[in-house]
Amino acid sequence: MSKITKAGGDDTGFDKPLYVPIKRRSFFMYAGATAGATALLLSGCDDDEVFPDPAAPTPPVTPTPGATTVSVGSGDVGVLNYAYALEQLEAAFYTQLRTGSYYTGLNASSAERQILDDLYYHEVIHREFFKAAITGAAPTAIIKDLTPNFSAINFNDRASVLGAAKAFEDLGVSAYNGAGRFISTTGNGPLYLLLAGKIVSVEARHAAIIRDLLQEGNFVGTDVINSSGLEISKTPTEVVAAANTFLAEGSKLNVSGLV
Amino acid sequence: MNIFQIISEIEKVDPEVYDRLDSRRSIFKHMSGMGKTLAAAAVPMAFGAVLNKAYAQTSMAPGVNDVLNFALKLEYLEAAFYNQGLGAMGATATAVQTALRAGFSATNLAALEKIRNDETAHVAFLRTALGTNAIDAPAANTFDFTGGKGGTPGPFATVFTAPATFLAVAQALEDTGVRAYKGGAPYLASNKDVLTAALNIHSVEARHASRIRTMRRAGAMNNAASQTAAAGTDRSASPKSWVSGNDGGGPAPAQTAPVYAMGAAPAYTPAVITFPGEENVTQGGVNLQTALSSLNFPAAAFSEAFDEALPVPVVSDIARTFVITGSTFI
Repeated sequence: MSKITKAGGDDTGFDKPLYVPIKRRSFFMYAGATAGATALLLSGCDDDEVFPDPAAPTPPVTPTPGATTVSVGSGDVGVLNYAYALEQLEAAFYTQLRTGSYYTGLNASSAERQILDDLYYHEVIHREFFKAAITGAAPTAIIKDLTPNFSAINFNDRASVLGAAKAFEDLGVSAYNGAGRFISTTGNGPLYLLLAGKIVSVEARHAAIIRDLLQEGNFVGTDVINSSGLEISKTPTEVVAAANTFLAEGSKLNVSGLV
Repeated sequence: MNIFQIISEIEKVDPEVYDRLDSRRSIFKHMSGMGKTLAAAAVPMAFGAVLNKAYAQTSMAPGVNDVLNFALKLEYLEAAFYNQGLGAMGATATAVQTALRAGFSATNLAALEKIRNDETAHVAFLRTALGTNAIDAPAANTFDFTGGKGGTPGPFATVFTAPATFLAVAQALEDTGVRAYKGGAPYLASNKDVLTAALNIHSVEARHASRIRTMRRAGAMNNAASQTAAAGTDRSASPKSWVSGNDGGGPAPAQTAPVYAMGAAPAYTPAVITFPGEENVTQGGVNLQTALSSLNFPAAAFSEAFDEALPVPVVSDIARTFVITGSTFI
């Protein structure tokens, strides 16, 4: 039995993210250009009863006494920080995955190697995109680099790695779907909503193939969609309850500002 | 001539006629003013002009019901495709359907049936959501999935007899659906519950697209499709589970290139929203491939990491590939 690779974020490079300065001056250069956009939106659907009100929000996770949490903030920046936090977590996972013997033992031309390489690229790009976006839009509001805690994941074991990947990807999809409602309809809101849409469908494509790798044909299942064929979205509170189990003390998220 | 009788007749075809006329232009107030000054014989002509304005869809941003009904049309299209090819849920398959089904491995056939059932459920959901505003299901002969528009079988003549062709059309339909929901989302944002529901369909379409692509690169009879890597560099023939660049125009470039290409933005589009092709690497004004060049990632990764949206008129054009000549359904 090969030795267990140390699990934890300290030596993975996540604490020293692949920092790349990004030209930010052109970022969101359209600020304010859609001030009148909502005027174009017509009245809502008459049949609200098929869209039941979301469950009453559960109280925010009570932080461990004495431990600080990372507040994503509120408004559009809060949603961007929330997405950035989840992308940090995913990117850190796929980065650390590359050090485990499951990944390093894969044939270079195998489907699993190709898929996990692509997911690593995509999630790092997502993380760096949000870092640039938030720095450009609200430089004082961006959350810090989070420290993950992947001690529950055995990076030498296929089932453990792919099971975690499935959890992260499904969680990401349900999180983006549940966060759309918190994005404003004015200013850059429509752009943020579109950008979230551009990313969430890629996350859903990821989730599908990871689930297929674990169980052929399980790309969508009753654990992620309801009887109407709709993905089961999650509130930020529900999402961070899961995400925080993979974050170290001091990096656990607080989403009480997203209402 | 009874104008309200005319409107009533139109309503049978277009349940939203009152919304079109009333909410957009306060038209009835306008009409009554005209009636005072125009001879009765002239009213129908003026009314015709009013209708033309009400139906000039490109001039006004779509409302919530417009977007939902457009989504419903696409779901009708998708559900009809799987039902015609595989047989409807619970129905006895025809000889042709039985032969097509035999061309798929057990896991692939089960996956296709799951997708068929999801699309059928999406139709039911959207019909319930729209209530009396929901457009009716189209006549059975509205669609021609060979692309022949009801005449001589078109470029996908073997769509329901050759599994590879079936999967090619399925990929085009699912990838189109993903882009369409993305493009519609900003117009649903005024109703948060409707927006969330649409997003929850959008991601399921993306899961479907991923699986169809996985099956295409592995082959219809492969029973462990996810274990086949994308081969070579031809993403038209051997797609990844996500769109890479523009996938060489997709499964049948002569017909499917628009599914992966840029779309012209209708005039009503907010300035912050554009519709680049799937090969796009610039997000929020930053060329990510350039800005993140020090990562030394493959160039394709920067396009793969983001799917792109399409606006309603472009999706309509794509969907009409499978609608018979003379139909105004889409």
